[in-house]
Amino acid sequence: MRNAFAETLTQLAQEDPRLVLLSGDIGNKLFDNFKKIDPNRFYNCGVAEANMMGVAAGMALNGLRPVIYTITPFTTTRCFEQIRVDVCYHQAPVVIVGTGSGLSYAELGPTHHSLEDMAILRTLPGMCVLAPCDATELELMLRAALQQDRPVYIRIGKKGEPAIHAHQPSLRIGEAIVVQEGSEVALLSAGIVMPEVLKAAALLKEQGIAAEVVSFHSIKPLDTAYLQQADKRFKLLVTIEEHGLIGGLGGAVAEWRAHHNATVPLLCLGTPDQFMHEIGSQKYAQVKYGLEAEQIAGRVLAGVPGLRARIVA
Amino acid sequence: MTMTTLKELEAVSRKLRARIIKTSHQASIPHLGSCLSCVDILTVLYFAVLRLDPTKPRDSDRDRMILSKGHGAPALFQVLALRGFYPENLLDTYGEDGGLFAEHPPTPEQLPGIEAATGSLGHGLPLGLGMALAARIHKKDYRVYAVLSDGECNEGSVWEAAMLAAAQQVANLCVIVDFNKWQATGRSCEVMALEPFADKWRAFGWNACEVDGHDLPCLLTTLKTFPAANGKPTAIIAHTVKGKGVSFMEDDNNWHYRIPNAAEVEAAERELETGT
Repeated sequence: MRNAFAETLTQLAQEDPRLVLLSGDIGNKLFDNFKKIDPNRFYNCGVAEANMMGVAAGMALNGLRPVIYTITPFTTTRCFEQIRVDVCYHQAPVVIVGTGSGLSYAELGPTHHSLEDMAILRTLPGMCVLAPCDATELELMLRAALQQDRPVYIRIGKKGEPAIHAHQPSLRIGEAIVVQEGSEVALLSAGIVMPEVLKAAALLKEQGIAAEVVSFHSIKPLDTAYLQQADKRFKLLVTIEEHGLIGGLGGAVAEWRAHHNATVPLLCLGTPDQFMHEIGSQKYAQVKYGLEAEQIAGRVLAGVPGLRARIVA
Repeated sequence: MTMTTLKELEAVSRKLRARIIKTSHQASIPHLGSCLSCVDILTVLYFAVLRLDPTKPRDSDRDRMILSKGHGAPALFQVLALRGFYPENLLDTYGEDGGLFAEHPPTPEQLPGIEAATGSLGHGLPLGLGMALAARIHKKDYRVYAVLSDGECNEGSVWEAAMLAAAQQVANLCVIVDFNKWQATGRSCEVMALEPFADKWRAFGWNACEVDGHDLPCLLTTLKTFPAANGKPTAIIAHTVKGKGVSFMEDDNNWHYRIPNAAEVEAAERELETGT
């Protein structure tokens, strides 16, 4: 996904002279092509994220469209106050990109995990919180983000994520994308966990359950129109994300459900209230937290007694 | 209107001091000591240095001035009014519920003349650096000034910005530190190891010089040396006195938070009028 990020941004920089890229000392060689376009529009801001965020806001307040790129915790929790004051309070159109989000960097340990980023950034007035499921969504999202006159946060994966969309979908911020239609349960997926969600849907299909799979790439603003019609259509809504259960997509949908007196049962799948102290791959971490396809399918089946009864019969 | 004569600058500075003190009393606004220490710096900047037109506050060629020590806002609000960014009677609403004038500057959209909403310390220099780099990208020749407090230099983000500005040779960026030797609860050189202060800036790759921050001609002369020909950003360490201009407030840190009563306002006004 990060290669797609670099390629897309290089393309966009040629179309939009306002675009400036700020990197927190990562992406060695990743941005070589970008630098060739205009060396004055690429800044390695060093390992100094608080300053980088302020610099971006100062640029954005003076007619530029800065895009900030570094590892997710360092571009979110590390400099939260700068995002709050310099970017959001000023409504500065800065695009903040966090790479290696969720459990992507599981093997690097909790300093590099990001399971709180969507929760904290969602609290900031005017901030947009986005999680693309593949490179195609990321490309469309970057284009859409640069057209916004407000701050946007995009959490992406690392590299080698499979393509989800065979054809280029229409992407609008605040509108979920139905990847696969279904009628009994809706699997609402945020970001890079999508391949597991699609496999889980296939497993459910083997059990005779038609699961709708939705890329809920926009966590804020939330697609409330989709949720409203889903409230009537499905026996169960399931949110799935590589993010803590507090405040991410699950939290956002739970808030919507409470505020709108929705009646559809809701199952939230994500990571629990703990740091992962042991070493492991992203796969290991997904399994540990029940986010692998078979586990998702099993938890969905267990989530709706009606479904299980039918299968047992 | 650009005031150039020394007498006029002195008159502006005196007028600002009197208004700041009166407003502090009327609206119960603290940080009086911090405002009085930076009045002369702001006077010289706004009335003799900055390239700006108050009737076109968003003109793309204007110089940018950020009061990074946002708690000096009561001083900035008076300066901007006197310089003509908004009618002076707008300040009659100071401290009113639902109003614009509080203890810290609002966002630029709320009030003409403001470049950045500050108040949380350590934000103004990174923002200013971004603005200075924007000038480079847009091929503009405007200059960016940031007024910091000495206590503010406790913040790591100040030094992060200092290093990037030096690496990028951002010559159109000028820091002026209102070095009044106090922060909220103690001597700024004791709370953190600030000294050798000017040398710190030099070690970070900046041109640095020290001036008397209340000597108007000296401030003016020093500010004229910016931008430097060597391509480095400039730091001016302005030695100031907290509470400057009123004998019973000078170098007394109680005036970081204290609000003057009516008798104190009167006594201060008398001193300012007679210049004693």
